[in-house]
Amino acid sequence: MNAFVPFAAIIASSLFILALMWMSHPSTARRGVRAGEIGMLVAIVGALVQHEVVDYNLILIAMVAGAAAGIPMALLMPMTAIPQRTAISHAFGALAVGLIGAAEYYKHAHGEYAGSFIMWALMFEMLLGFLTCTASVIAFAKLQEIMGSRPVSFVGQRVVNGAVALAALVIAAMLALDPTQTWLFPAFVALALLFGILLVIPIGGADMPTVIALLNSYAGLAASAMGFALGNKLLIVAGALDGASGFILAVIMCKAMNRSFANVMFGGFGKVVAGAAGGKDDRVVRSASAEEAALQLENASSVVIIPGYGMAVAQAQHKVSELYQALTKKGVDVKFAIHPVAGRMPGHMNVLLAEANVPYEQLIELDDINPELPQADVALIIGANDTINPSARDDPQSAIAGMPIIEADRAKSVFVIKRSMNAGFAGIDNPIYYNSNTQMLFGDAKDMVGTIAKELAGGGSGLH
Amino acid sequence: MSSLNPDYLFVFILAAFVGFQLIKKVSPLLHSPLMSLTNAIAAVVIVGAISITGEEGATPLAKTLGFVAVFCATVNLVSGFMITDRMLKMFKPRGK
Repeated sequence: MNAFVPFAAIIASSLFILALMWMSHPSTARRGVRAGEIGMLVAIVGALVQHEVVDYNLILIAMVAGAAAGIPMALLMPMTAIPQRTAISHAFGALAVGLIGAAEYYKHAHGEYAGSFIMWALMFEMLLGFLTCTASVIAFAKLQEIMGSRPVSFVGQRVVNGAVALAALVIAAMLALDPTQTWLFPAFVALALLFGILLVIPIGGADMPTVIALLNSYAGLAASAMGFALGNKLLIVAGALDGASGFILAVIMCKAMNRSFANVMFGGFGKVVAGAAGGKDDRVVRSASAEEAALQLENASSVVIIPGYGMAVAQAQHKVSELYQALTKKGVDVKFAIHPVAGRMPGHMNVLLAEANVPYEQLIELDDINPELPQADVALIIGANDTINPSARDDPQSAIAGMPIIEADRAKSVFVIKRSMNAGFAGIDNPIYYNSNTQMLFGDAKDMVGTIAKELAGGGSGLH
Repeated sequence: MSSLNPDYLFVFILAAFVGFQLIKKVSPLLHSPLMSLTNAIAAVVIVGAISITGEEGATPLAKTLGFVAVFCATVNLVSGFMITDRMLKMFKPRGK
């Protein structure tokens, strides 16, 4: 039976690669999931038939319990909770990696010295695993709003973070060189866990897309490190694929904010500019009613809708889809402009709108929609703020200067649905609200879009 | 044994290159399902957890740690694949 084991690894690795290949387009993506599932099945069977494995009871109980927890989670999870789910699944995955590392460590601590390379790989694996675990739990708590999404900072934060990281590394090195010092091991685990917490508490809600992607990458690298420590090539491949994926997504998110990794991780975004917000001035804001907006929308020939995190918070995606249907029925061309960092994780807006039955061809990326905006009759902004802030383009002094934006202000007229005149996450003033072609629709996104959609569906101009 | 087996590094580098090339081609539409799919794939660490838990002469500590690891990895792989599929089912082209 053991002859099957290396082949299982090759088959599973190939299927994982195919799975990612088929994710390139929505039309083949579900095939990718099937490939991944079959690959996983082959890998698990390969692990179970190894003749070193003699006791199946615990394994089967854990797998049944895991499936019993995982299946309802997958079926009942509302789509709005996808960012939280992703964060907590990184925590689970990283915890598994950490615990396997710990079990391996104790094996080596009491046996013959395994060699420095294996020990280093093992310590690296656990460091990444444990820190990713707590970092993901904090990210989850912020996304689930158990914790405030504002950055948490304290005096000497960098010094403390640095000291904790250094201490963890020193102990890791001591254990790698001499694993028999088991009394040091709990301290190492505690420091790694603590470092994960410290790493994420200073990061604000709007940076979550980058952080989640980065944690995804860490979880993958930890799995790869485990492959090095256990001498398992399948783990190395799967971990490298996951690591590459998280890394690329994190790079895309950083570029979409014109910021560096270091700036996201250590910048404490959102506190720097607090003083700039709320500056009083006498600029005029024009507000409009839902009826007026409906009238203008139905007389438009092209409309670009720009959703942001506010749409997710208000759970307005189904009403937005109704609006899309109503306008399309009237022959208006409606497109959605999706900023890469809109929402709380990569692709967040796309999932919400797809769930609400907006066809995916209408969801257009930043670079493709910007050339079309000057021709658009109406840009309708729903719960987006910093991603459409023209000062990122026009004002080199702005805290978000250089960040690529959706150029909503170039449309012939602009409607902004917003609760009040409060500044967005970055706390930066947004000049688009004061432009002469902008009208504000004050209110809850869901109610406001619902009213506009009703006006449109009611036939005619709906003005009484 | 004390030095790096170059085969492993070779495999890692190749897999990372393949990963970069493939992920770059993934439509930004699907970045959320991509994350849950790669997360499910990374749950293949379950094979390590299975060895730790079930191998001959495993200590009670190793069995306990392995048990929790198998549980966590199973939760991830089951919910990861299922949620990915649920998300992808929602992405429909025009006229459907």
